[in-house]
Amino acid sequence: MSTKKNNLLISCEEAKHICDKMQYGEATFLEKLKLNLRILWCKATKSYSKRNVNLTKLCQEAEIKTLDTQKKNEMKEKINTSQSQA
Amino acid sequence: MPKNKLDPSKWVDEYADYLYNYTITRVNDTIVAEDLVQETFLAGLKSAKNFKGEAAERTWLISILKRKIIDHYRKINSTKGKAEVKMGYSNREDQEGDWLEDTVADPFDINAEDALQNKELGMAIQECLMKLPKKQADVFIKKTIQGMDTEDICKELNISASNLWVIVHRARTNLMDCLENNWFKK
Repeated sequence: MSTKKNNLLISCEEAKHICDKMQYGEATFLEKLKLNLRILWCKATKSYSKRNVNLTKLCQEAEIKTLDTQKKNEMKEKINTSQSQA
Repeated sequence: MPKNKLDPSKWVDEYADYLYNYTITRVNDTIVAEDLVQETFLAGLKSAKNFKGEAAERTWLISILKRKIIDHYRKINSTKGKAEVKMGYSNREDQEGDWLEDTVADPFDINAEDALQNKELGMAIQECLMKLPKKQADVFIKKTIQGMDTEDICKELNISASNLWVIVHRARTNLMDCLENNWFKK
């Protein structure tokens, strides 16, 4: 007798995990299908998905810049040098 | 006893990105912004003895940075000898006399307003990132802002992929809550 589960039904936690991966283009086609099926009937997943997509959009619009690690290390060195000279 | 203390060993990790974004929205030049942030830290060290502990460390550094930005503009203006004023006169004969209209804001041109709003949004996201636990902020910045591969982040931070996704999830949830309180309710 087959004990295989219906793989298209996922938990809320799993749906959130797939939704997070989707924001970075790392969800597979099957995962997207599972998520979209859950969104059809689960309000919590639908709400999370909406907020998550919104956050991705905001981060893209904001065009946040960060200093690279090398530059940060240079800054740390200069601070250390300046502190040791003082 | 002072409320706040300075800890220069943490300045780069905790404030460099925030100060860098603050600067870049005001000078529009990545190299100049990097230099000004560096100068701010060094100036902060020099005047650390004057820190009374009444303001938060970041507020104090921002006040130094503001002066650095003003000094930067003073310097470049004195080098040029004068401020640049650009006027949109047209050389075309058929548009002669239209120059007055150039000074009126075009209500359909919302690019400047959008850009300003995006800068404010960037700072709001930075504010929220600073409220996150360090590891969550680190992972989120590497994954979302710097666009690093999952594998590379895991190697660098010595965590498993499943651990990374848990951290990403927590960071995103906290950021959504923070932005809803500080950005959308403004």
